Amino acid sequence: MIEFLQQLINGLSQGSIYALIALGYTMVFGVLRFINFAHGDVFMLGAFAGLYTAPTLLKLFGGGPSLAAATAVLLAAMLICAFIGIVIERLCYRPLRERPRLTVLITAIGVSLFIESTGQYVFGVNPQSFPEIITDRAIEIPQSWGAISALTITAGQLIVVGVTLLLLIGLRAIVLYTRLGMAMRALSFNPLVASLMGVNTDVVISFTFGLGSALAGAAGILTSIQQPSIDPLMGINAGLKAFVAAVLGGIGNIPGAALGGVLIGFLEALVVGYINPTYRDPIVFAVLILILLLKPSGLLGKSEREKV
Amino acid sequence: MIERTKSILLLALVLCGVLSLFVTNISPYYYDIIIGVGINIILAASLNLVNGYTGQFSLGHAGFMAVGAYFSSWLTLSFGYLLGLGALGTTTAYVVALIAGGLLAALTGLAVGIPSLRLRGDYLAIVTLGFNEIIKGVIQNAEPLGAQRGLGGMAQHTNFFWTYAFAAVTVYVVLSLVHSTYGSGFLAVRDDEIAAEAMGINTTKYKVLAFVIGAFFAGVAGGLYAHFKQFVHPEGFNFLRSFDIVVMVILGGMGSTAGVCFAAVLLTILPEWLRAVAGSPWLPEWLRPIAENRMILYSLLLIILMLTRPQGLFGEVNLKRKKT
Repeated sequence: MIEFLQQLINGLSQGSIYALIALGYTMVFGVLRFINFAHGDVFMLGAFAGLYTAPTLLKLFGGGPSLAAATAVLLAAMLICAFIGIVIERLCYRPLRERPRLTVLITAIGVSLFIESTGQYVFGVNPQSFPEIITDRAIEIPQSWGAISALTITAGQLIVVGVTLLLLIGLRAIVLYTRLGMAMRALSFNPLVASLMGVNTDVVISFTFGLGSALAGAAGILTSIQQPSIDPLMGINAGLKAFVAAVLGGIGNIPGAALGGVLIGFLEALVVGYINPTYRDPIVFAVLILILLLKPSGLLGKSEREKV
Repeated sequence: MIERTKSILLLALVLCGVLSLFVTNISPYYYDIIIGVGINIILAASLNLVNGYTGQFSLGHAGFMAVGAYFSSWLTLSFGYLLGLGALGTTTAYVVALIAGGLLAALTGLAVGIPSLRLRGDYLAIVTLGFNEIIKGVIQNAEPLGAQRGLGGMAQHTNFFWTYAFAAVTVYVVLSLVHSTYGSGFLAVRDDEIAAEAMGINTTKYKVLAFVIGAFFAGVAGGLYAHFKQFVHPEGFNFLRSFDIVVMVILGGMGSTAGVCFAAVLLTILPEWLRAVAGSPWLPEWLRPIAENRMILYSLLLIILMLTRPQGLFGEVNLKRKKT
């Protein structure tokens, strides 16, 4: 039982990272109805943005790892990623908006590979170690709590889950209570009518890309706190898993993406703990295929009827 | 049109046989490229049937290639001795193994195609990519197939003749299929699936058929590859390999076999040429890694192509107009 709980805790922190990336997939799908293949690579760029800004920011906040420095690095990575996401949309996707989806899909795959291979050229092929921006240590659970004290929980895991929760609440506030959030919802409901009602589609789409990419950037930093080894291809796998999470929760549905991310995290942890680590990726993909076959709209999504 | 193609292909086949008899002392480096071109033609032409003619975007061709490569290698490694009847026996065993590899890949294609072809566009791409990863994952866990270490020790049976013979067969089958009355169904599915269905075409059957045939030739190409390199590794069939093939199909132009074959030749030779260029003294230092990393160029090529000429070099599919 304790081991099972331990796996769930491990899964929760990994799942939070998938959830943050999945939100970007789901929001872009919501407004543009296409899968931004390059999203996983924005996550990778977030980690590298942290790698390059951390030394300066750490010096600024007194040298050692601290909460203030970590927050600064997180915000810097989010800003950089938001900018990159907006640039990608402006240069590669906007000119193709009236084209068939296949063209956009191929372009997205191209952008993804371009970021990966250019990343290998600029950052180097070998994994690099991420600087310590906050001290990751095991948290002591008092013996008086009984059997639970056998669990290992690290500060990193708490930070990941905590920051993810904060970002989710922030995102929900933006989507539900701001004008731009309302415009986003209108656009995903019906793009034509939204633009007729005076919604500036270009601005809203840019904003959506920026928001999604910022979350991916945050995920890049959070994952580097726990696994301080980053490489230019780290976004491929994480991106695919997050995509599965978005589909599991119902693509286009924001709470669904968060739920899906956590579920995929749990699933992975259980496969690693009880079956065999090498089956982790195949089983996640098998889940994707099963959902698409049995309930393509996902757990929380609405099914869409195809019209001629 | 198809009659002329048929005679050209037959001529090419005879030419291959004759050439392979005379060209014996070619440098291993060029030989490697020449065989690579042939294998890529098979892969690109067969993927073109799925992605180009039928309009289904598959991103998992390397998975089927892996099935063929591993199964045929396993066959020749396990049962090769049964046919130790001199050169003829070994060659027969080799060709039988290649075809068996193709058949198992086709069967895998059937198993993958029936569920996933209910999806379209982006979803199909991701699911086929997922199947590619699953196939890779299964091989990585299969101890008889060498698991993570890869599988080696096959004799080098693949030569100039077999490679180009199978390339010619692939091109022939794809062309005669799509130019036949029966095969117009593929084009109908691509051009307007809903209209095709309304006209009484069994779209699912056509999609699965394209998938199965494509997978068969990918499997054969895998077998050829395995018996040329004499070593296969699961990572050699990851989604980047699938992507290589997709780039060939898109550059050549989806739905143009000649264009796709041209792109296969071009994109096999180009990285080698770039590698040679990267070593030349006139190139600035910072450009060298770019010339050596073909993926930077491939991806840029793809983005620029989609922005300016989405139908590819020779394609006939109109990708500029949005379908309603």
